[in-house]
Amino acid sequence: MSIVNPLARARGHGSAKQGVHHWYLQRATAVLLTGLVVWLLYAVNTLSGAGYESALSFLSSPFNAAAALLLTFAGLYHAMLGLQVVIEDYVHSRGLEIALQFVVKGGCYIGMVISTIYILQIAIA
Amino acid sequence: MLGPYYKPQITSVLSILHRITGVVLIIVGAPLLLWWLVALGQGAESYAAMQESLGGILGRLASLAINFSLSFHFFNGIRHLFWDAGMGLEIQSARTSGWAVVILSVALTATLGVITQ
Repeated sequence: MSIVNPLARARGHGSAKQGVHHWYLQRATAVLLTGLVVWLLYAVNTLSGAGYESALSFLSSPFNAAAALLLTFAGLYHAMLGLQVVIEDYVHSRGLEIALQFVVKGGCYIGMVISTIYILQIAIA
Repeated sequence: MLGPYYKPQITSVLSILHRITGVVLIIVGAPLLLWWLVALGQGAESYAAMQESLGGILGRLASLAINFSLSFHFFNGIRHLFWDAGMGLEIQSARTSGWAVVILSVALTATLGVITQ
């Protein structure tokens, strides 16, 4: 038994009221990604077998650079939300879970930053 | 889920496959795409070196895994979005759409294999 009274316990626990936000963003990014994956397939089809110069000029087009940026952000955000749930479901050691959540979120944000720098550098050069 | 009483069903198998392919995309696909981007940004030599490294058997296996994961997660994700909109939730339509996803993803994986050969 704890000295915390039942009402205080009830207030401190329960839903953090962020579930709907998580659910909604997972779907919103999914809808964006359906279009962006079609663009990715187009990019793969254009660039496979093509060399370095063609890849550079492909990403220099503002449309393609914008699509690449959107794909990076929507994709990594979608992955971050998805992996969060996968970890919550399967990792039952609290310490490992917190560490993995930290690595996943950190990794996705780092990926966003690095991609943005390179996409902009190639697009503007 | 596994064990003596579990019989594989198209719905549950595709459900876990959606998770697995999602994890493959972020663990294998995203780093490779980032590698491609960084190599491209660093110049012709890095780009050639990257293409060379990906030409081996390991690179081909990774490509196959990514191509299938992208195809499946894409089509099955669209299936999920229809469910979220309240459509196709009857058992029979869920089975039918499941098999449609399997056929479409195998077809797209094969197409990508031919394109990127």
